[in-house]
Amino acid sequence: MKHLLSTKDLSRDEAVGILDTAAHMAETQAREIKKLPALRGRTVVNLFYEDSTRTRNSFETAEKRLSADVINFSAKGSSVSKGESLKDTVETIGAMGIDAIVVRHSASGAAHRIAHSDWTDATVINAGDGTHQHPTQALLDAYTLRRHLMGPDPLGQDLAGVGVAIVGDVLHSRVARSNVDLLTTLGAHVTLVAPPTLLPIGVETWQCGVSYDFDRTLAEGGLDAVMMLRVQAERMSAAGGGYFPSANEYSREYGLDSARLSRLPAGVLVMHPGPMNRGLEITSVVADSAQSVIVEQVANGVAIRMAVLYLTLTGGQGGAL
Amino acid sequence: MTSAYLIRGASLPDGTVADVRLANGVIRDIKAVPAHDAGRPGAAQRVSDAGRPGSEPAGTVAGATVIDGSGCVLLPGLVDLHTHLREPGGEEAETVWSGTRAAAAGGYTAVHAMANTFPVQDTAGVVEQVLRLGQEAGYVDVHPVGAVSVGLEGERLAELVAMARSGARVRVFSDDGHCVADPVLMRRALEYVKAFDGVVAQHAQEPRLTEGALMHEGAVSAELGLTGWPAVAEESIIARDVLLAEHVGSRLHVCHVSTAGSVELVRWAKSRGVHVTAEVTPHHLALTDESARGYDPVFKVNPPLRGAADVEAVRQALQDGVIDCVATDHAPHPAETKECEWAAASFGMTGLETALPVVNELMVETGRMTWADVARVMSEAPARVGQLTDQGRPVAVGEVANLTLFDPAARRVWDPASGYSKSTNSPFKGKELHGRTRYTWLRGRATVQEGKVVERV
Repeated sequence: MKHLLSTKDLSRDEAVGILDTAAHMAETQAREIKKLPALRGRTVVNLFYEDSTRTRNSFETAEKRLSADVINFSAKGSSVSKGESLKDTVETIGAMGIDAIVVRHSASGAAHRIAHSDWTDATVINAGDGTHQHPTQALLDAYTLRRHLMGPDPLGQDLAGVGVAIVGDVLHSRVARSNVDLLTTLGAHVTLVAPPTLLPIGVETWQCGVSYDFDRTLAEGGLDAVMMLRVQAERMSAAGGGYFPSANEYSREYGLDSARLSRLPAGVLVMHPGPMNRGLEITSVVADSAQSVIVEQVANGVAIRMAVLYLTLTGGQGGAL
Repeated sequence: MTSAYLIRGASLPDGTVADVRLANGVIRDIKAVPAHDAGRPGAAQRVSDAGRPGSEPAGTVAGATVIDGSGCVLLPGLVDLHTHLREPGGEEAETVWSGTRAAAAGGYTAVHAMANTFPVQDTAGVVEQVLRLGQEAGYVDVHPVGAVSVGLEGERLAELVAMARSGARVRVFSDDGHCVADPVLMRRALEYVKAFDGVVAQHAQEPRLTEGALMHEGAVSAELGLTGWPAVAEESIIARDVLLAEHVGSRLHVCHVSTAGSVELVRWAKSRGVHVTAEVTPHHLALTDESARGYDPVFKVNPPLRGAADVEAVRQALQDGVIDCVATDHAPHPAETKECEWAAASFGMTGLETALPVVNELMVETGRMTWADVARVMSEAPARVGQLTDQGRPVAVGEVANLTLFDPAARRVWDPASGYSKSTNSPFKGKELHGRTRYTWLRGRATVQEGKVVERV
């Protein structure tokens, strides 16, 4: 695995391998000295064209825990804001002799384009591209699901038989796309829940169920986790597309509140990729409830990103963990 | 250089094989070759013909350059209704000189130069400038298209009569690149051009339905996360415009038809007697939205590459005559506007040098069309839409010698960098082209000889 661009590219065995490696990484993070030598002498650039707190910090933490040299390149405060092209930026970074580029970009396909161009030979890890993919988010979600749902020793296991509802703005969500691909590859059954305006034309070809009715989906049962997606309030306005009439109507129909949570079995996990709009797609009581694994998702993100960096940069031959 | 030519043993569009003599800018003489020599397709036959009397290699006979045309088809010079020559203002991508050389290399003898230049071709002065640049280059007849609205802004009519009465004699008007979206402005334009039998060529794209649109809306756009350009945004404008054209009794031309639904609307309008014509591009005949999967913006075009059913529908419509013309929508762009992420890239593809090979491969070799059909859709019909009188004519004695000699059996891997356009944004890069223009004549003067554009001193 030279690059990680899309969860669609991952086979079941590759995905399970990443989750297993992440589990080993997580074990090392319980040690007093968390730093590992695996990527010593390697240089990783975090090339972020979009604002991101948790993803960039998560990658940076993972890189440093593996002893990589880290360069942070954000579009603000660089020549990008003066109009430098992606190609020129990547070639400039490449000329500094780097081993991997972790890229977040508002344009779908940006990571794919960098990986398949002759602009650089570096490993490319997609940290979110437009409304296309966010593979490490899906991997950390799968890791979190497996840790809670697949028994005391989940190593080597996939997510066979697990039921997951993904609720919200699927149309604009790279998290939803990555999760549909990965979770189904791992044997889970995914149901997308959204108003029809927030589902893409063509969603019927995806390997998942589709529901316009959150309450009916909850009543049908079979769910082990409910993953809420961030809904951007500007989508309401005419300029933003007019996808739904009001925040209140959205919350009533598609928000996860205490009443809906109370209708779910106690073991059902509540997930959210963050950042949350508390009060819109999820209430504070639910976000902070015992069933919520939202904070744990962040912690697992570091282990997953360590695993992805380790596997892409060393092919798993990076020495003792 | 001699201006007389004897083309031996080429197939005419109707399938007869003949020796054709050009002199003084016209077709002087056509002599059918005896029947037992007729119907010789392909290069292999040409090798076995090598010893036949009369098939000697190019030389000079009685002052005429002799060309062995066996295995080749002699077509009327191609006419493009939809070419972006980019000059004035976009000379980094193309100039009238480079674009018309690319056109000649592709077998064209006339092109309609779209109005979205800088400044826009919305006044008599600018269209006459483009006309003059075309005349100075001398490779093909350049017919400037006039903008429908001032500055292509879709707000008020440009001075269409002034452009029609100018030296450029503009008959085709289009805001191409932009849709004339305002229904009242479109109605007025359709009415107004009736005064000089003009035609409005519409770029059918409902703007609100295509805000931020990046590719055809469907399963592929859903997966790739690229904002969709729905078929209905094209079809709803075509539906409106054929009804407007019927209502005011005017002529409408639909640019780059790309969907099965658009085909049905054009078919319906024609059945009602609406004066509507339509064009399809080679890339919409050849390629689908699956091409977007690699996020290479060379496949980013407007309207976008559609689904497989749409591609089959436009092929069938071209075969059936519902679509009248093949037009290239040759849209050169500088490399930096394609060497980037998909969302940031320009829309458009080059097409002048690849159009005829693509049509040959998809429509002729498959048995869907004859060479007479090709002459119709790539020369006669577009000339008629553009009101050209000396282009798109039959290959017949006394006609002006606007011709192209095409070898359908030639094969080469297409490298746009080796072509004549200044830009290389061809979606057929690396593909094998089926056929090659050997010669092009503009009023009896060779602009292309043995595949090479004639350099002028």
